[in-house]
Amino acid sequence: MRVLAHPLVCRDAVELMSDYLEGSLSRRDRRRLEKHLVGCEHCSAYLEQMRVTIAASGVVAPEDLEPEALDDLVEIFRKFHENDEP
Amino acid sequence: MDDAELLAQLLGGDEKAFAELVGRYHASLVRVARYYVNSDASAQDVAQETWIAVMKGADRFEGRSSFKTWLFRILVNRARSLGVKEHRTVPVDPSDSSTSVAARRFDEGGAWREPPVPFTERIDDAINNERILRLVHDAITRLPEPQQAVVTLRDVQGLSTMDVAQLLGLSEANVRVILHRGRARVRGDVESKLNGGGS
Repeated sequence: MRVLAHPLVCRDAVELMSDYLEGSLSRRDRRRLEKHLVGCEHCSAYLEQMRVTIAASGVVAPEDLEPEALDDLVEIFRKFHENDEP
Repeated sequence: MDDAELLAQLLGGDEKAFAELVGRYHASLVRVARYYVNSDASAQDVAQETWIAVMKGADRFEGRSSFKTWLFRILVNRARSLGVKEHRTVPVDPSDSSTSVAARRFDEGGAWREPPVPFTERIDDAINNERILRLVHDAITRLPEPQQAVVTLRDVQGLSTMDVAQLLGLSEANVRVILHRGRARVRGDVESKLNGGGS
């Protein structure tokens, strides 16, 4: 693919960011992206936003769990273990 | 306490251990189930059935995979069966032609015209920042399937790309493409909420 030999523009660089963070870019694309990032503060900011997004995704927010769903499940759990009581 | 220890306590009847595991995984189970079934109510049912299977010890955890991979496998098997009964057509990634960032934000040469503004100074700040956490998680719940299932398994729960691919019956390359689009959409969503601008 001859087009890959050209230097990256920002519009194309952003499409490589996720694979870059996954470590799944080819060595050649990784080098092209890293070269671009050195000279481009905006794409570096974009990459940082992507890192923040991924890091924040991995923090499980307790509000995600509806209290009723937990109550229902705990109720099922209690019923299931009622027979265990001495 | 790690998942396997909590599971052992749960099987011994410890309600707190059960509630802790539910807190860690239930919301994600529901979201992944939604990929396979027709309604939120069905997804809730499948997630509940998964917990019942866990507490009954029906599918024994033997430590060959991580607890979470095992848990999601129980879920996916059940969700897939229900989806077949519901004649569900599993959605394909809808955004084939979309780009990560709106075209108008670049000039003709492809350089930034409206560049991104950092969310915070440092990642440490972000994961302690309630607003950003909320925005990111809200954005994930708005993702279309299969992006929501892939982002939930890979980024929220931290499963490997290989495990995500096996669970969802997709190739690893396909998972990476869907993940890329999902992450880009979440980033854009958070950016527009923080800045009050477009994505």
